[in-house]
Amino acid sequence: MLIEFAIVGVCIIGLFAMLGLVLIMMERKVSARMQLRLGPNRVGPGGMFQTTADTLKLIVKEGMTPDGADKFLFNVAPFIVMIVAMVIMAPLMFAKGLQIWDVNIGILFVAAVSSVSVIGVLMAGWASNNKYSLLGAMRSGAQIVSYELSAGFAILVIVILTGDLKISSIVDGQVNGWWIFKGHLPVWIAFVIFMIAVTAETNRAPFDLAEAESELTAGFHTEYSGMKFALFFLAEYANIFVVCAIGATLFLGGWQPLHFGTGTKFNEIMDYIPSSVWFMGKTFFLIFVIMWFRWTFPRLRIDQLLNLEWKYLLPISMFNILLATLMAIMGWHF
Amino acid sequence: MFIVKYIKDVLHGVKSLWTGMKITGGYALRHHKEKITQQYPDNKDTLFLPERFRGEVVMPHDEHNEHACTGCTACELACPNATIKIVTRFDIQPDGKKKKAIDKFVYHLELCTFCNLCIEACPTNAIKMAQTFEHSVTDRTELTKILNLPGSKIREGI
Ligand code: SF4
Ligand code: SF4
Repeated sequence: MLIEFAIVGVCIIGLFAMLGLVLIMMERKVSARMQLRLGPNRVGPGGMFQTTADTLKLIVKEGMTPDGADKFLFNVAPFIVMIVAMVIMAPLMFAKGLQIWDVNIGILFVAAVSSVSVIGVLMAGWASNNKYSLLGAMRSGAQIVSYELSAGFAILVIVILTGDLKISSIVDGQVNGWWIFKGHLPVWIAFVIFMIAVTAETNRAPFDLAEAESELTAGFHTEYSGMKFALFFLAEYANIFVVCAIGATLFLGGWQPLHFGTGTKFNEIMDYIPSSVWFMGKTFFLIFVIMWFRWTFPRLRIDQLLNLEWKYLLPISMFNILLATLMAIMGWHF
Repeated sequence: MFIVKYIKDVLHGVKSLWTGMKITGGYALRHHKEKITQQYPDNKDTLFLPERFRGEVVMPHDEHNEHACTGCTACELACPNATIKIVTRFDIQPDGKKKKAIDKFVYHLELCTFCNLCIEACPTNAIKMAQTFEHSVTDRTELTKILNLPGSKIREGI
């Protein structure tokens, strides 16, 4: 039992380190292409090892703690943010039969734990004893609490249609078609709302008010440096991966291959692609979409942000829930 | 009708966001050989800087080592960060009259924000922006520059 724990732990930490490197590289290359730049191109072939070099730099840098800071909370905050991101990984299904913990309330667990990360952010902002940090943290709190609602409603649509909270049954329920295909309008709306809400929840542009470089220096992690800063940075990307993995699980069929009809040649070819590749492919596609948002839209003001949530996303998702329930009862999906 | 306007708003919002995403997505997916950034320092020989690029304030001198600065200090007054200091002296003219002229035009490059206000303020177009930009030095005093060349004087007729 202990050995299993150790193996899983090492795998997850390894996955995190990999994710950090790969996603930051991807972000920089995607942004470069979108802005007609080259992006990093000095370290390694095509700049491939730039993030490795950056990480190395961050590791050897001194992690300073400001004099006026609440030392304990200040040092604990990055770990909380990081641990939350790791815990959400537990019920995810990475491939056919590859899952750490198939808990029967999987999706509820994910939704519940993901909101804990705001505590880490608030802690960091408060403990830094810096008004920019505090402002950033407060904004982050307001933002995550609001957008949690519509993300929850979007998840609920799939839960209603599947009739189960267990991740493995949600994935199994999509064997004859992903929800995005067989769910019609309510699922499409839920998908769009989900993507918007998770972008906000992960504090990414255009909703990166918690950081808002131009207004708040770096928001809640203004005072952090060295490895503690790197943890925040890594947690941001880990969170993106996690929410995109959930999105892929709920709407794009998890590890299920793309199928049209039954028993066709096309389906057989699709089955040859390993399920982990399907899962990662879908997840990375969604990550690309979120990056696409970031490099296209300008940042919202805080009132516009809350307007969008309370006046648009929330009413629409409430209405959408009704529609989905009706559809589930009448069996209009197939 | 409120509800119609609401739905129209949402659809309009979605459409305008999609327009933006189409542009950036197009850039990301299509291969653009043409990059808008320049690959400095690889392209040092072919480096192109637009005419309006502001690198540093310089005072052009003509072939007789003459410039157009009258020492009016308009640029000094216009500068928001006290980058420019004009030291004037009085030349005795052949007819015995005294005339104001610049002794030193001191320019602190390290304080300059390249806002161009001094150049716009100058009544005689004595100073302009140069396109040099490799300003890093190891000693701060090197950034304090005297813009008028030694022995230079004001051009006749200004
Ligand atoms: S460019 Fe602006 S900052 Fe620089 S010397 Fe002129 S007025 Fe001063
Ligand atoms: S540079 Fe122009 S504005 Fe400045 S002192 Fe000389 S003449 Fe006057």
